[in-house]
Amino acid sequence: MKPVIEVENLVKKFGNFVANDSLTFSVFPGEIFGFLGANGAGKTTTIKILCGLSSPTSGKVSVAGFDVYRQSEQIKRNIGYMSQKFSLYEDLSINENFQFYGGIYGLSRKEIRERTKTLLSRLDFLKAQNEVLRNIPQGWKQKLAFSVAVMHQPKVVFLDEPTGGVDPITRRQFWELIYEQAHNGTTIFVTTHYMDEAEYCGRVSIMVDGRIEALDSPKVLKNQFAVNSMNEVFVKLARATK
Amino acid sequence: MRTVIFILQKEFRQVFRDKLMLPIIFIVPVVQLLILSYTATFEIKNTRIVIVDLDHSQRSRELVFHFESSSFFKIVSRQQNYQLASEWLKNGDADQVIVIGADFEKAIEANQSAKILLVTDAINGSAASLMNAYAQQVIQGFNKNILTEKMPFTTNKGTLSAEPLFWYNPKLNYVTYMVPGILVLLVTIIGFFLSGMNIVKEKEMGTIEQINVTPIKKWQFITGKLLPFWLIALFELVFGLGIAKLVFDIPFLGSFPLLMGVAAVYLLVILAMGLLVSTLSDTMQQSMFISWFFLVIFILMSGLFTPIESMPAWAQWFNKINPIAYFITINRMIMLKGSDFFDFSELFYALSGYAVVMLLLAVNRYKKVKA
Repeated sequence: MKPVIEVENLVKKFGNFVANDSLTFSVFPGEIFGFLGANGAGKTTTIKILCGLSSPTSGKVSVAGFDVYRQSEQIKRNIGYMSQKFSLYEDLSINENFQFYGGIYGLSRKEIRERTKTLLSRLDFLKAQNEVLRNIPQGWKQKLAFSVAVMHQPKVVFLDEPTGGVDPITRRQFWELIYEQAHNGTTIFVTTHYMDEAEYCGRVSIMVDGRIEALDSPKVLKNQFAVNSMNEVFVKLARATK
Repeated sequence: MRTVIFILQKEFRQVFRDKLMLPIIFIVPVVQLLILSYTATFEIKNTRIVIVDLDHSQRSRELVFHFESSSFFKIVSRQQNYQLASEWLKNGDADQVIVIGADFEKAIEANQSAKILLVTDAINGSAASLMNAYAQQVIQGFNKNILTEKMPFTTNKGTLSAEPLFWYNPKLNYVTYMVPGILVLLVTIIGFFLSGMNIVKEKEMGTIEQINVTPIKKWQFITGKLLPFWLIALFELVFGLGIAKLVFDIPFLGSFPLLMGVAAVYLLVILAMGLLVSTLSDTMQQSMFISWFFLVIFILMSGLFTPIESMPAWAQWFNKINPIAYFITINRMIMLKGSDFFDFSELFYALSGYAVVMLLLAVNRYKKVKA
């Protein structure tokens, strides 16, 4: 299978600080790829480069078959992105947010209506569609942001710590959404520092100080480090480099 | 184009969902027009004077009476000597001191020159020269009376006299002069701040990132951001003109469509500048300070209060890049003189060029990808 994300020797420097130190990895269609690392390990930097929000210092990067240097606009048609910071409009209603983002991605008004309805009924949130976002609890907002990110049916969705500050039940529901989306063929690229969530991923990479120190399925990694949980894998790796 | 419509829809929703927005659009201009037009005036009324009459004669009382009966002067005190009177100037309780010399009457009767000392608080230079001129006029009037009295049969009563005619503002009404300029300020401030706060607000909220990962094009984004404020500011101008007509009865001699056409181009300059500030700053606070910095300079130098022609050469040169100066000049020409396009075509072309440059800069400085 041809990878949907291909990264080869990606380097990103901010002055003398190396945020990403020659990363190399591939992500395949329909995969749930966990991008793990401690705070400040360089996860968000990589995600921003893959989304075309930031340009790499050097290295080869392609997303959905397009090159990040020359074809960043084509990439943007084919990806969805949910940032760490909640980024729907607080002063607009749910419907209006869907309408705006759908419109920017070039969906027709009819498509927007239909998909808003499908996505909201999946969340069982149809009754609140005219509610202004300011009045909606955090956990719900995250699920809505996810729905907006996949509204235009992108090939890849980038989720940057999508479950930050969310209660365990909502986190579970969120992961059910992710599974459903992956099942429909969307590639999921997700960063997190909840290690229980890492267990849900097909493959994970663990980043320490800007370098990828391990990359495989949770099962293989646990065997390799002879431990019972991803948490222990993570602690071992992080300690090794200290 | 469809994309732009979606942005427009969103911007308008956000603007009008803001509870403060409607008062800003409707009440602020009324208040500003009313207050500024009446207070930002150099007309001198009720100059407060202190009289020091050292002569205590018939003649000196006549002169004081001349001041008393003028509507421009108000005698606030009479003092025994100049020392005491000058305290009033010092404390800011009086604007002028008039000292009538001890041998005032004697000198007049002897056909010699009688002496009056006129002291004016000149902290505000232009007000001082006006007050001085008014006082001189009163004294001239008094002088003429004496001449008539003493030489009733001379036909040659003085001198050359010119008949003044005041064009475009025959009653020398200061409000007529100020209102067209204040209208310009009004649309400028609304436009500059709405656009200057806008993109930076999305930066602070984090929504700009979500926009930057979409395939939106730069020109679509800037157009979508610019159009709503352009329409609001144009509406604001019409609204302000309505008030100017209803409340102040300001003449509007020129063509209304012509004025709106110029305003349309002018607002592109202002909004593009605002958006440029917005793209360059990271926080609303920064944007606020930068906006004020430019606006204050542009406004003070725009010729709203003082004529550009009497500014130093460098200031006149600076005003070539001051959009507010262009529009105030043109607005006064259209409203008060009824000028047509060819009277100010050069100014208009300069403004158009300015608009193109600012728009290109604004589109160029908006970066979807960070280095």
